[in-house]
Amino acid sequence: MTVTPSTDTRRAGRILYGAGVVLLCAWVLGPIYLLVVNTLSSPETVNTFPKPLIPEFDTGSLRFFLEFAGMLSALKNSVLVAGLTMILSILIGAPAGYALSRFDFRGKQAFRMLILLTRAFPLPLLALPLAVMFIRTGLDDTILGLALVHTTLAVPFSVLITYSLFSGIPLELEEAAWTLGCTRVSAFVRVVLPLILPGITASAIFAFVISWNEVFAAAVLTIENRTLTAFLLQNLDTSPLHLKFAGGFILVVPALIFIFAVRKYLFAMWGIANR
Amino acid sequence: MAEIQIRNVAKQFGSYTALRDINLTIADQEFMVLLGASGCGKTTLLRIIAGLETATTGEVWIGGRRVDHLPPRDRGIAMVFQNYAVFPHLTVFENIGFGLRMRRMAETELRQRVERVAELMHIEQLLKRYSGELSGGQRQRVAVARALAMEPDVILMDEPLSNLDALLRLEMRTELKGVLAESRTTAIYVTHDQVEAMSLADRISVMHQGRIVQAASPIEVYRNPATEFVGGFIGNPPMNFLPARPLGEGRWQVAGLVVDGPRLDKPLHFAIRPEDLRPAENGLQARVRVVEPLGAHVLVTCDVDGAMLRAVLDSDISLNPGDRLTLAPQPDRIRWFDPETTRAVH
Amino acid sequence: MNARLLPYILILPVTLFLCLFFLYPFVLVAAQAFTTGDGFSLENFREVVGYWKFPISLKNTLLLAAAVVPVQLALALLMATMVNRMRRGRDLVLYIWTIPLGISDLAAGMIWLAIFEQSGFLNTILGAVGAIDRPVNFLSYQHMGVVFLAIALAEIWRATAIMLVILVAGIGLIPKEYYEAAEVFGAGPWQRFRRITLPLLRPSLQTALVLRVILAFEVFAVVAALGGTLFPVLMSETYAYQFDLLDSGAAAAMALIILAISIASTLVILRVLRVPKGASI
Repeated sequence: MTVTPSTDTRRAGRILYGAGVVLLCAWVLGPIYLLVVNTLSSPETVNTFPKPLIPEFDTGSLRFFLEFAGMLSALKNSVLVAGLTMILSILIGAPAGYALSRFDFRGKQAFRMLILLTRAFPLPLLALPLAVMFIRTGLDDTILGLALVHTTLAVPFSVLITYSLFSGIPLELEEAAWTLGCTRVSAFVRVVLPLILPGITASAIFAFVISWNEVFAAAVLTIENRTLTAFLLQNLDTSPLHLKFAGGFILVVPALIFIFAVRKYLFAMWGIANR
Repeated sequence: MAEIQIRNVAKQFGSYTALRDINLTIADQEFMVLLGASGCGKTTLLRIIAGLETATTGEVWIGGRRVDHLPPRDRGIAMVFQNYAVFPHLTVFENIGFGLRMRRMAETELRQRVERVAELMHIEQLLKRYSGELSGGQRQRVAVARALAMEPDVILMDEPLSNLDALLRLEMRTELKGVLAESRTTAIYVTHDQVEAMSLADRISVMHQGRIVQAASPIEVYRNPATEFVGGFIGNPPMNFLPARPLGEGRWQVAGLVVDGPRLDKPLHFAIRPEDLRPAENGLQARVRVVEPLGAHVLVTCDVDGAMLRAVLDSDISLNPGDRLTLAPQPDRIRWFDPETTRAVH
Repeated sequence: MNARLLPYILILPVTLFLCLFFLYPFVLVAAQAFTTGDGFSLENFREVVGYWKFPISLKNTLLLAAAVVPVQLALALLMATMVNRMRRGRDLVLYIWTIPLGISDLAAGMIWLAIFEQSGFLNTILGAVGAIDRPVNFLSYQHMGVVFLAIALAEIWRATAIMLVILVAGIGLIPKEYYEAAEVFGAGPWQRFRRITLPLLRPSLQTALVLRVILAFEVFAVVAALGGTLFPVLMSETYAYQFDLLDSGAAAAMALIILAISIASTLVILRVLRVPKGASI
């Protein structure tokens, strides 16, 4: 071949493609950058016009946020609820994920339907009747109560994710362990668990973030013990801008870490959970 | 001492019958190969012996002990898996020592045992590696070493060579045979590869549709197949079958040729292996269809009275499609089968 | 332990949990929605549907979904195909593009508030280029178009990542040979996308759309942060019934209406994107 008529179009295509990738990255990162600028500016700067596009690295806004009445305890509540949700959803979800990946049993399809069904429902709405139920059982306005509701949100994901993780571990490995002197339990502990731990961690972090980010149920179910999201939502009308931005920033930080921590599993998780 | 007895074992998967009424005795130190096409039930049978699958009915005895209610760890077996099942989070050393650790063997003895077995399998220089750093052949060696380290009564192997490339498979086959003969372990080996079965086995059990159709020495299975299926499955190219008409007094008419056979008065199938046919003055009148040179031999596919016949001949013969050829069967190699039952008749 | 019972023991915790915290409250919502003081009645539904804000919040929710979801779908498909042919930097780009996945709707609302509020970055930039003299209060009732735009942008920004992840995973499942075969038979890039990627991606498209549409009807915190009471949506009305009006019967009725819309749209998506039997990968 001496002449390739499409060389120019190809090059143009490649430039367009590169520009598209960069543009889309900027589209994602730009708004976050602007939030960071606001967070790292003094409250006065945040409320003035025009705004600098470069942060002045002033911790005034963050300090104000942390000293705001009730904010620290809200932050603490958020961490506790999310931590509890994470533990509960793995403890409850992972055995079911294991059962789905390893056994054929009567009712398996019905069980899968139940799990998938929960994804098709606007789950936070269920917080409404649970509020009544919790008042009767004394779970209202408690960390545990909210964590239970958040676990309902997170547990279908943890079942599906652990299902796909366990499916990725050949049954042969477990069988080999059985023939080499292991019981079902010791084979699980010695062979499956070490292999699956990173994946379980990823799905635990996923559960953490689901709870951390949840607004509606948190606002419905807590009054005194507000989580961070509920607290910010409640004070949306009255709080000054720099408080909102600092709060938003604190909410975003775990997200950045979360996506980084689970990036390897994000796609594998959905690849099978799709079906 | 570990004789294995399988008594009346059957296995149902829902409405699908994987195994029907299996009875088989494997002698101590015998190398038994379960041979059959995929779906014939050979792997299921192996897994029932291992305890990885439960039989629907029947009993499994190992070394005079009934084991079918025992978990795999209490059966005195070790197993080599098709995909090796080398634990990826453990080193080769830890893999080989895994079963010994489970038995709480003392550390010095364990180290000696692992090193000895590793040497036997020529992987002593790999002990510190992880499975991700090993080639397929090396993983295979680790899997065998791990099983041998247990010094089991019975070693079970599920198509252990099927994932290796051809050359490596040949090498491992020879090595496996040597190592297992030395270890004096009873071995059960599942494969769909008849060459592997022939070369390894003391005895072959040919399985078909959930049944053992013949259990005999390799040469017996090859020479005297119990059914048409065995004759067709073993040997490459497979056995030829031609319709035969009784002429009375043990004389049979096979496509223009008259041969001696059983004294029966109903149509039978005349069977002959392709390598037991020779060009001759007097024999089956064949018309050549396809000629395939194989090096030392040439595979000739012909037409005999509308039926297909294959012959493996010396490659010095010169043939072309359309040629006429007369092929004589070697008389002592002729076998007879009843077309109704497909069983051998004598 | 009996091997036949084991799977049931393993799924028991999650089944009990979902019965208690999913099915039971669901029955309670339904019961509450259909009863007033004396037995079965549709009074709650009549009340919420008859309220003057209901048509507006329904219209807003549907409009928002109609504006946001198609853009997200197109964007996610574009990003997924871009990532698919990427050789260098794939991990980094994917990481960046999936960051919003972890960001809550409330935080996303805050982020876009920083841009659209009166002393925000949009005003700063418009002022710098001389398009405006004084900062404009975009998020007010005089600028409903901008309010809608801000909310839509925040939603697109925040929730495209979930579709992207599902689609990238789905594209990863399509064997490369199909593309090579199509290329051999003379299909160009666009035809390969239309004739191979799209049809084989249908299961993933289903999942992505169902999930995304349901979440679109639940839009709440982004709207609360950017529009406040200017832009009522179904979820914010439900919240208002529960807290400001303390009428949990009406809130339950609203919840069921949202649920009904979700189920209806799920069925439509599943029907439109159904995969013929035996035509899956």
